[in-house]
Amino acid sequence: MAFKIVVCVKQVPDTNEIKIDPIKKTLIREGVPSILNPDDANALEAALQIKDELPETEVTVISMGPPQAKAMLTECMAMGADRAVLLSDRALGGSDTWATSNALAAGIQKLGGCDLIFAGQQAIDGDTAQVGPQIAEKLALPQVTYVSKIETVGSLSDASHTMTVVRTLEDGYERIKVQIPCLITAIKTLNEPRYMSVRGIFDALQKEVTVWQAADLGVDATEVGLDASPTNVYRSFTPAVKGRGQQITGDTDRELAVNLLQALKSKQIV
Amino acid sequence: MAVVIKSEACKGCKLCISACPFEAIEMQGKVAVITEKCTACNQCIDACPFHAISREAANLKEADLDAYKDIWVFAEQRDGRLMNVSKELLGEGRRLAESMGSDTKVYAVLMGDAVENLVQTCAAYGADGVYLAEEMHLSHYTTDGYTKVLTEMIECYKPEIVLYGATHIGRDLAPRVAARLNTGLTADCTRLDVSVAAYKAYAEKYTTLDTSTLDAASQDRTLLQTRPAFGGNLMATIVCPKTRPQMATVRPGVMQQCEKDMTRKASVIRIQPALCETDIRTEVIEVVKQAKAMVSLSDAEIIVSGGRGLGTEEGFKLMETFAAKVGGTVGASRAAVDAGWIDHIHQVGQTGTTVKPKVYFACGISGAIQHLAGMQDSDLVIAINRDPEAPIFEVADFSIVGDLYKIIPQLIESWDDIMYTA
Repeated sequence: MAFKIVVCVKQVPDTNEIKIDPIKKTLIREGVPSILNPDDANALEAALQIKDELPETEVTVISMGPPQAKAMLTECMAMGADRAVLLSDRALGGSDTWATSNALAAGIQKLGGCDLIFAGQQAIDGDTAQVGPQIAEKLALPQVTYVSKIETVGSLSDASHTMTVVRTLEDGYERIKVQIPCLITAIKTLNEPRYMSVRGIFDALQKEVTVWQAADLGVDATEVGLDASPTNVYRSFTPAVKGRGQQITGDTDRELAVNLLQALKSKQIV
Repeated sequence: MAVVIKSEACKGCKLCISACPFEAIEMQGKVAVITEKCTACNQCIDACPFHAISREAANLKEADLDAYKDIWVFAEQRDGRLMNVSKELLGEGRRLAESMGSDTKVYAVLMGDAVENLVQTCAAYGADGVYLAEEMHLSHYTTDGYTKVLTEMIECYKPEIVLYGATHIGRDLAPRVAARLNTGLTADCTRLDVSVAAYKAYAEKYTTLDTSTLDAASQDRTLLQTRPAFGGNLMATIVCPKTRPQMATVRPGVMQQCEKDMTRKASVIRIQPALCETDIRTEVIEVVKQAKAMVSLSDAEIIVSGGRGLGTEEGFKLMETFAAKVGGTVGASRAAVDAGWIDHIHQVGQTGTTVKPKVYFACGISGAIQHLAGMQDSDLVIAINRDPEAPIFEVADFSIVGDLYKIIPQLIESWDDIMYTA
């Protein structure tokens, strides 16, 4: 029997490419590319590596977002995912992590469930790391987060139904055996995501991204969207820029160094 | 609380479109409309000169919010040692409790096996009381075990606020608990307020926020949870108005510990956790401590950080020599970590460690927003970079435009002579 794997992915703006307009103090968005969230690429790669071993494995990528996210999902299929589902509806807009995980959990249930769910540890736009664990909770699955290595994946014919993974901690790591089905969140060191292949791109372009709306998922305004979300944005603002300090001058490197140290000393901090 | 545009009031000026950080506003014909990308961040409301944009209040039944009181801090322990971030949160809890009124108490929630000896530590750092849940299955952290016990405690005792350190354990546990309780959770907060007046004063001093709509006399004590979003490009203050408890994770190194006072006493409330083996669907086979993890950036008084400008892995040898001379800890930018020159454990920034040392040396670091988000609260920032246009200079107290490979050896050579003579 083959594995059914779902990978949760998100299209994000490349936050490394964002700059602040120094005068207007607003975000400069022009030319900021939308990308597959980096940790999600590792999550997808983990699923594809299982598929490399067990070719009958079915890998489905699922995302929630605006229609533009279809392009990213097509890229995921070009990397090797079998199919892609996009949850897209104005009614889903403004969902916080609680509401987002409701929608994604409903989407995964509509897919008929699965044996494994992979997600990125966190997305670079929100950085919350909450949606993965909250999907696991809503599907009543065990989870392991911050996974940096997958050691063994018990086959489904195996009675044990477990996998062994390495979860990183700030001060080391732990090896964890977890029951399948489960949800795993991937960090960057888990693997090196593959590139799209030419053949993969060709095949992916022949495939449609399935789009489901809130009604298809059977979720309503008490579960998804802005009004259902327990958290709301109260205010938002750009951080104030501290402003340039003093430029140290000097004719030689030695003079620059000495002048800096004199300035430091005068502050009596060191 | 959806943001809506009154189409009859919209003049089609497009100012809201440029104000929106999320590209969530489009022109449809001559009027702007909000798309599903909207996160209700409110940026457009102030940007509209015609007052055509507003928030629509949601019409939802509210939970009995008054039944919830007190502040809980998840007292994270590993191998019987209380994490520093938990001490910081007890300190922050005290600060919040003081502005909430004398009836608000700060409790530590201590879970583990044979951890009673930490009760006094929790008290010393500010806990009025300690909920102590000891059970053999809690000896090591597991998602299932800790979620079950903590959720049941919260349902039983109804805290108004629950704070967690944004550690690999806190960030595994808190979202799971929030989902089970159907309440909100705000990740990686860098500031918490329960007083609108204090929030307003902060916003006026440190941010570009228009504070004219904030009422400093307001008695509302909703938890205002401020965090970086969008890779640190935008700060958002999040509220959890309809459900309780209000929960947040907070980065290590952000909040201040109170003065340790071992004479302080805390009441102890013992919890008998109902936990059995089958509740826990994971098995911790092995726990490995790694020496490299001893890098403690969040506690460092001086940090010497290197970035892409080092050009090579060898550059970190110079950083180490410099750090040894000044008594500092070596940090790194994401670019240097991504290049494989140094381990992630040294990374400073939005996706690394948040630091606020007394002195931060940024060497060959250009100053990407996500890096600045993790270090700009340092007392003194010194930037050394060849590029005079590097954004790091915008936050530097002292700047040197030059070659770090020439400047730093000179700093090392002259350090003792200048710093240690009158």
